[in-house]
Amino acid sequence: MTTATAPKTAPAPSAELAQLAAAHGLTLSGARPTLPRYIAELWNRRHFVTAYATARMQATYSSAKLGQLWHLVTPLLNAAVYYFIFGIVMKASNGVPDYVPFLITGIFVWDFIGSSINAGTRAVHSNRGLVRALHFPRASLPISTVVQLFQQLLVTMGALVVLLLAFGQRPAWSWFLAVPTLLLMAVFAAGCAMVMARIGSKSPDVSQLMPFVLRTWMYSSGVMWSIDQMLKSDHLPHHWVLMLLKLNPAAVYIDLMRFALIDSFGAHSLPPHVWPLAIGWALLAGVGGFIWFWKAEEEYGRG
Amino acid sequence: MADTATTTDTRVPTVIADGVHVIYKVHGAGARKGGATAALSRVFSRRPSPGMKEVHAVKGVTFTAHKGEAIGLIGSNGSGKSTLLAAIAGLQPVARGRIYSHGQPSLLGVNAALMNDLTGERNVVLGGLAMGMSKQQIRERYQGIVDFSGINEKDDFISLPMRTYSSGMGARLRFSIAAAKDHDVLMIDEALATGDAAFQRRSQARIEELREHAGTVFLVSHSINTVRETCDRAIWLEAGVLRMDGPSAEVCDAYEAFTAGR
Repeated sequence: MTTATAPKTAPAPSAELAQLAAAHGLTLSGARPTLPRYIAELWNRRHFVTAYATARMQATYSSAKLGQLWHLVTPLLNAAVYYFIFGIVMKASNGVPDYVPFLITGIFVWDFIGSSINAGTRAVHSNRGLVRALHFPRASLPISTVVQLFQQLLVTMGALVVLLLAFGQRPAWSWFLAVPTLLLMAVFAAGCAMVMARIGSKSPDVSQLMPFVLRTWMYSSGVMWSIDQMLKSDHLPHHWVLMLLKLNPAAVYIDLMRFALIDSFGAHSLPPHVWPLAIGWALLAGVGGFIWFWKAEEEYGRG
Repeated sequence: MADTATTTDTRVPTVIADGVHVIYKVHGAGARKGGATAALSRVFSRRPSPGMKEVHAVKGVTFTAHKGEAIGLIGSNGSGKSTLLAAIAGLQPVARGRIYSHGQPSLLGVNAALMNDLTGERNVVLGGLAMGMSKQQIRERYQGIVDFSGINEKDDFISLPMRTYSSGMGARLRFSIAAAKDHDVLMIDEALATGDAAFQRRSQARIEELREHAGTVFLVSHSINTVRETCDRAIWLEAGVLRMDGPSAEVCDAYEAFTAGR
């Protein structure tokens, strides 16, 4: 039954073919799965998410002689640079007890949040090849990016504990508060990464802007200085400016981590309702980001 | 017409394409995009970039594929063969028309999931997971994949990073990983040309095997002989239009007559 077909001009969906498809249980190709189905698919790919994250983490420094040690050395060098500039040159340490633990906690936590968002922006776009070749829930990509950074964070948290002990902090029960803080942070970062991944996949130019946005966010989140101390001199007269700075999610998570780990960083330095705030930000970003990312599932890697 | 013939017979359809049009946009087409000021004025005037071009790659293709068929897609370069496969896989949206499929049609290819800095061993696991295999399945098939690729015939190459492989070895391992999974509908895009003669024979046999397990195999190839040998049906696309659909011998003859005449 050789058929030579002329070019068709009016391709209205044929009811006959649709019936045939339905009769044999064929489904429309490339349609977006429902949300529960999507979650199930993502769960089935959980090993891929973690394997991809670990693989990328191991591939990062594979050509360097020191290899994986750089995961530890890089944040420490970062902390040393910030300590030199802000601690010694600009004297941001004035009025901040335990400035070194204060600074490194801030930097390590910010490093995780900032790089999650930065890497999330590129998560889908830089994996276009993978997206175009294989069928899998695209949320795996930003999530595995955050999983990779979270693994790195756990390494640096280990170093942080050693440093804290070296700078005279005593282990206390409050250190266990770091665990829920880490989890909430991870959910928040994953949510942001998914939001940025969708934006970045549509307009790749955004990834050029992210370093500036993130730097502004970092400087206003009190990573290397205490927001309280800086604004005490009231050149920012409004109380709500201070409040706004302290309620921003990065500052909330950084302060919670400091509260957990540093003796002299007491509850008075925390914004009011800090735990509901931390949970709220995590849920808002995590759930909202996931649903928003899913809404464009069938469009990734196209155009 | 093909569709009226298929509705009366008892064969089980696996892929139904109904008047499929695929149009995609290409950024960065055209020789120049203009300077920075031109780009800025575009942003403000919201005019589309002159570098943006629409390509109408597939124009109204209708066919029904059945279980147990191996279908070769032939046509000259840029006739929309690969685009049609991507659309069937659900990786490229159709502008008009519909594609129905049984299960999840998959393109044979895991290249993008593999990492050159990791060992072949790790890449087998990573590629398998990317294709949706379970850890258990990968453990069971691991040895089979390595043996099939023939990577370890000379030395223990599988424990070396993939960047140390020759291009032929890399291609062989990639094909072996990709072919390790059973698919409902499998689509192969020019994958048979890799490796030496022995490997090509092995991959031909593997495709035969996949076709028995999978319901349907689509094969895009420029080699008319490969299509003749491997496929029982062929679809000829020319400039995005389906020109001919039928037994592969007939379609291949017609195609060869067409190309010889040009």
